Amino acid sequence: MHNSLDPRQRTQSNMAYLRSILRSGKNAVPAVLRREFHRTLQAAMQVTVRDAIKEAMDEELERDERVFLLGEEVALFEGAYKVTRGLWKKYGDKRIIDTPIAEIGFTGIAVGAAMAGLRPVVEYMSFNFSMQSVDHIINSAAKTYYMSGGLQPVSIVFRGPNGAAPGVAAQHAQCFAAWYGHVPGLKVVSPWSAEDAKGLLKSAIRDDNPVVFLENEIMYGVPFEMSEESQSKDFLIPIGKAKIERKGNHVTLVSHSHVVSRCMDAAAVLAKDGIECEVINLRTIRPMDMEAIETSVLKTKHLITVEGGWPQFGVGGEILARIMEGPGFGYLNAPAVRVTGVDIPMPYAKLLEENTLPQIKDIVFSVKKMLNV
Amino acid sequence: MPINVFIIIRKSQGSRVVVSARSFADLTPQASFDIKRCDLHRLDEGPSVQTVLTREDGLRYYRTMQTVRRMELKADQLYKQKIIRGFCHLYDGQEACAVGIEAGINPTDHLITAYRVHGYTYTRGVSVKEILAELTGRKGGIAKGKGGSMHMYAKNFYGGNGIVGAQVPLGAGVALACQYQAKNEVCVTLYGDGAANQGQIFEAFNMAALWKLPCIFICENNKYGMGTSVERASASTDYYKRGDYIPGLRVDGMDVLSVREATRFAADYCRYGKGPILMELQTYRYHGHSMSDPGVSYRTRDEIQEVRGKSDPITMLKDRMISNNMASLEEIKDIDAEIRKEIEEAAQFATSDPEPPLEDLCNHIFFNDTPFEVRGTSPWVKLKSIS
Repeated sequence: MHNSLDPRQRTQSNMAYLRSILRSGKNAVPAVLRREFHRTLQAAMQVTVRDAIKEAMDEELERDERVFLLGEEVALFEGAYKVTRGLWKKYGDKRIIDTPIAEIGFTGIAVGAAMAGLRPVVEYMSFNFSMQSVDHIINSAAKTYYMSGGLQPVSIVFRGPNGAAPGVAAQHAQCFAAWYGHVPGLKVVSPWSAEDAKGLLKSAIRDDNPVVFLENEIMYGVPFEMSEESQSKDFLIPIGKAKIERKGNHVTLVSHSHVVSRCMDAAAVLAKDGIECEVINLRTIRPMDMEAIETSVLKTKHLITVEGGWPQFGVGGEILARIMEGPGFGYLNAPAVRVTGVDIPMPYAKLLEENTLPQIKDIVFSVKKMLNV
Repeated sequence: MPINVFIIIRKSQGSRVVVSARSFADLTPQASFDIKRCDLHRLDEGPSVQTVLTREDGLRYYRTMQTVRRMELKADQLYKQKIIRGFCHLYDGQEACAVGIEAGINPTDHLITAYRVHGYTYTRGVSVKEILAELTGRKGGIAKGKGGSMHMYAKNFYGGNGIVGAQVPLGAGVALACQYQAKNEVCVTLYGDGAANQGQIFEAFNMAALWKLPCIFICENNKYGMGTSVERASASTDYYKRGDYIPGLRVDGMDVLSVREATRFAADYCRYGKGPILMELQTYRYHGHSMSDPGVSYRTRDEIQEVRGKSDPITMLKDRMISNNMASLEEIKDIDAEIRKEIEEAAQFATSDPEPPLEDLCNHIFFNDTPFEVRGTSPWVKLKSIS
């Protein structure tokens, strides 16, 4: 705040600032207590996932000249989901590029730019549209470092909303975690909380390899408390490490993305019946943190994977296979199971849509069935 | 006045032979040549119809084209002996394109092409030895044996791309990087008459024109996309016009001087911010699409023979230089002999170098990363990956 303003101007300026903070979803109280525009390290504050993603990009754009964003509506429109709000105003046309509706074209262009030494961040308005670009993500990006015998790295991030969103129906609701998770040469990240989103996106941008960053539209507006540490410009979360969101002794729930919220809610319900769930937030699909899962299973002896994607050849299927093949199998007191989306295209009607994704009651039911209670 | 110098050569059996060799003092250091006028699209002026060739440049172009020719023929041989496996798309007949383009740009410019790539790999600086050893899948290959025929890379050279058409947006992206980094460099992005119908190419054209990317799109029209002639694949075979709003020119791709002039013209256009430009090179491949294609089910042997007889790029350059007294037959023969030796040695290396060791199997998945474990064929087999 400028001390040179007269008291009335200062109040107006403060109110405008406060309004902008509230609009972005941040908690007002610490904002009022602050006296400057620039963010300094704060006590824990509430940040939405959307803002955390934007902050990550803002900080990395500032830090490295080679980083730039491209995608549909990312500049002038400020992002189809407003994730890139303010970035074009700050960085301009050169670094924040609006593309025509040409997914395979602009993905190829981004990968080519990465080959020539820049560090693009490609936004898909929805990962469903990335199917048009899949050839470049896999054949031009993921495989190149290997095919070239180590001559040609590709530093690029592909990000955007993945999986279910309310009312968007079949063509806009598919989860691609398993598809991209299948491919060697890619890293695939699926954040849940604001801290996840910020720390992992920063790591993804700094990573010298192709990273697929699966956000989720349901989570964009959800505020999370972000610790003081996580507000630092150098706060990174390593790709490939899961996080235990809730400790428990009776059953391990492994999940990723928006479904982690449902697991946490289900755990709260089950706690009332004396069943303590350990909820693991995978954070990264590939490389997957099997060690965290095995350590948990050693303790709880029961494993349920929970995801929004389809069951066949999915993330849960992979976890169960690895548990079978590894030391985890010996610890299990019951066969591990998967809770997944229903094996159908996503319907539109609310009742049908609700029953296509795993609900809290489905998770509770599965836990009780496994524990025979 | 010609000066005759007498040279005494001692042959291996001890006999002596006296040979007369002309000194190079009487050869023409440079000459001016007429080249075909290019067909133009949305351009008021095209490349010059006259060009000056120095003796030095001429010999260099000859040597490079002949090296590519001999290298490809050696690859043919090695493939038939089953020492090269899988895909092998040979470039013989099209040498004037690769050599002419390289002559028209700087080494600091960038280039990307599709799978018919051995010629470009050479002109972009990789040795014949490393190319052949990559074809034979040995550790001395340019990609350590892990890429094969279609995946060779070098500085400012991005392969080597197996998916038809994919290299075009990639090349536009390299051009974006050139513009972003403001180093006055251009990217030459090649594709064939078959790829010219790919949708992603038009997406790349649009963005390149919109953002004025310094990209030279070049269509190497060798008349056949695999087994499909251009008339059977394209509603419009005027490939130089298919960039629509992007200016284009159609060039005789069998004449290395025409290609050079056109490339210089295009590079000048692009380099100073005018945006992309499109060149169609009319050329011809002697081999089939790949080594699995004899190349005669969709075209006649007569056609192939006719091109060889009338339009061979190497013969054309040689005839030009000799008839203008810019090179002597002996010189050319010497160059040929040197090249033959170089190719033989490279082939020797390519057949005797060991394959990459099994320890290398999982390496080079990620760049600049800590080593990690990779699952082998069964859960008990744990392999290691190092950057």
